[in-house]
Amino acid sequence: MVNIELKQVGKSYGNKEVLQNIDLSIEQGSFTAIVGRSGCGKSTLLRIIAKLEPITKGELQFTGKEANDPKIRIMFQDDRLLPWKTIIKNIELGAVHPSVAKESLEKVGLIEKQQDWPDQLSGGQKQRIALARALASNPDILLFDEPLGALDALTRIEMQNLIEELWQQQHFTSLLVTHDVTEAVRLADRVIVIDRGIIQLDERIDLPRPRERNDRFTYYERKILNQILGV
Amino acid sequence: MKLLKQWYSNQLVPWLLPILAIVLWQLLGQSGLISSSILPTPLKVVDAAIKLTSSGKLQEHVWISTQRAFIGFLIGGIIGFVLGLLNGTVKFFERTTDTTMQMIRTIPHLALIPLVILWFGIGESAKIFLVALGVMFPVYINTFSGIQNVDRKLIEMGTVYGLSKWSLFVNIILPGALSSILVGSRYALGVMWMSLIVAETIGADSGIGFMATSAREFMQMDIVVLTIVLYAILGKLSDVVAKLFERRFLKWNPVFRKN
Repeated sequence: MVNIELKQVGKSYGNKEVLQNIDLSIEQGSFTAIVGRSGCGKSTLLRIIAKLEPITKGELQFTGKEANDPKIRIMFQDDRLLPWKTIIKNIELGAVHPSVAKESLEKVGLIEKQQDWPDQLSGGQKQRIALARALASNPDILLFDEPLGALDALTRIEMQNLIEELWQQQHFTSLLVTHDVTEAVRLADRVIVIDRGIIQLDERIDLPRPRERNDRFTYYERKILNQILGV
Repeated sequence: MKLLKQWYSNQLVPWLLPILAIVLWQLLGQSGLISSSILPTPLKVVDAAIKLTSSGKLQEHVWISTQRAFIGFLIGGIIGFVLGLLNGTVKFFERTTDTTMQMIRTIPHLALIPLVILWFGIGESAKIFLVALGVMFPVYINTFSGIQNVDRKLIEMGTVYGLSKWSLFVNIILPGALSSILVGSRYALGVMWMSLIVAETIGADSGIGFMATSAREFMQMDIVVLTIVLYAILGKLSDVVAKLFERRFLKWNPVFRKN
């Protein structure tokens, strides 16, 4: 279990400042969503936490029990499965043990596909395999970089349910980057709006799970959307 | 349309054109339209093949040539592959050796024949050297560019999953570059036979090339043509082997997957 702490984090590419003075602490086992327009810096923030990008200023810290070497995994927008490995071998790549790979494949409901090649699966199925691969490594932190963006509406709802269910089972710290406000309110305990590299809104979503689209859901949705649109 | 598709799906169809050409050639030769001193008929070539086979000479020469070809291929292929790997994965090697490789590559390796004869004489090493040199570059370039063109996103995924450098190489970089490496090897097989033919024609006392030059001196047209046919068969055979390798190693790719 790991907390994520960002202190005055800034990131620039050349003269372009993508993120400025981000102060953010994310507690272990929570589900946080970061929303914003494209190019607002939300994906960069995710990549910084995954240590794929160095920060230009400020500090990134992990605290808690596994803070020394936290296991961070990303689910990308594209599945990034290795086309030359069968489904089960792809999952084993992340697995702490081969038996976990099978278990994880069962959890996403695709055990019958274990000997198939990735290109024989649909887009939604491939993302489920990517999720299974991430889970098989028993992550402390799971970062979602718009993983459902390319899926059709129905598959998307199924995936949201699956992610919620698995998160409730394994309680890894989740951070979801998305431009879909409904998705953010549907899944997260806390929604952060970023615009022009600055945190504009930090909202707790106080709704029971599984979430229904009632008045309070719509209230949060509208509040966040208005903030993004600047209304 | 459907009928046509059924027809050309037949396994024998690719062989139709060569067979037709041979029949036409035989007819033209028999009728005297083509003089046998210019081009002997296919039957005469077959005849020569049978005679040389029963005396054991044909097998001997083919075997010697095949050995030379594959030893040269192995040496050149391994050097090209290793250099391609090093230059594709380690920046230091790329900076220090790639430019040199590209410069040497542009020299037609057969232009080195006079030099090679002076260095090695006309013994085995001269021929193997030429084959190895010819094979090395296509393997090098395709290995190098195959590695450079491995999807960066997959490598990033591997990094996120905490793979070690070796594991990253074995699981992602090498399989990602493999199809390009196999294309290079297939091309190199063609270069291999070409280099060998030239090397054997210029100076040898055995092998298919030697068979051709000595037959020429005695005006044995049937044997000259036979050697050309032999090269075509050997070339096709090595291509078949290369294709089998592709099927085996790239079976994940729908192009090579048989249902």
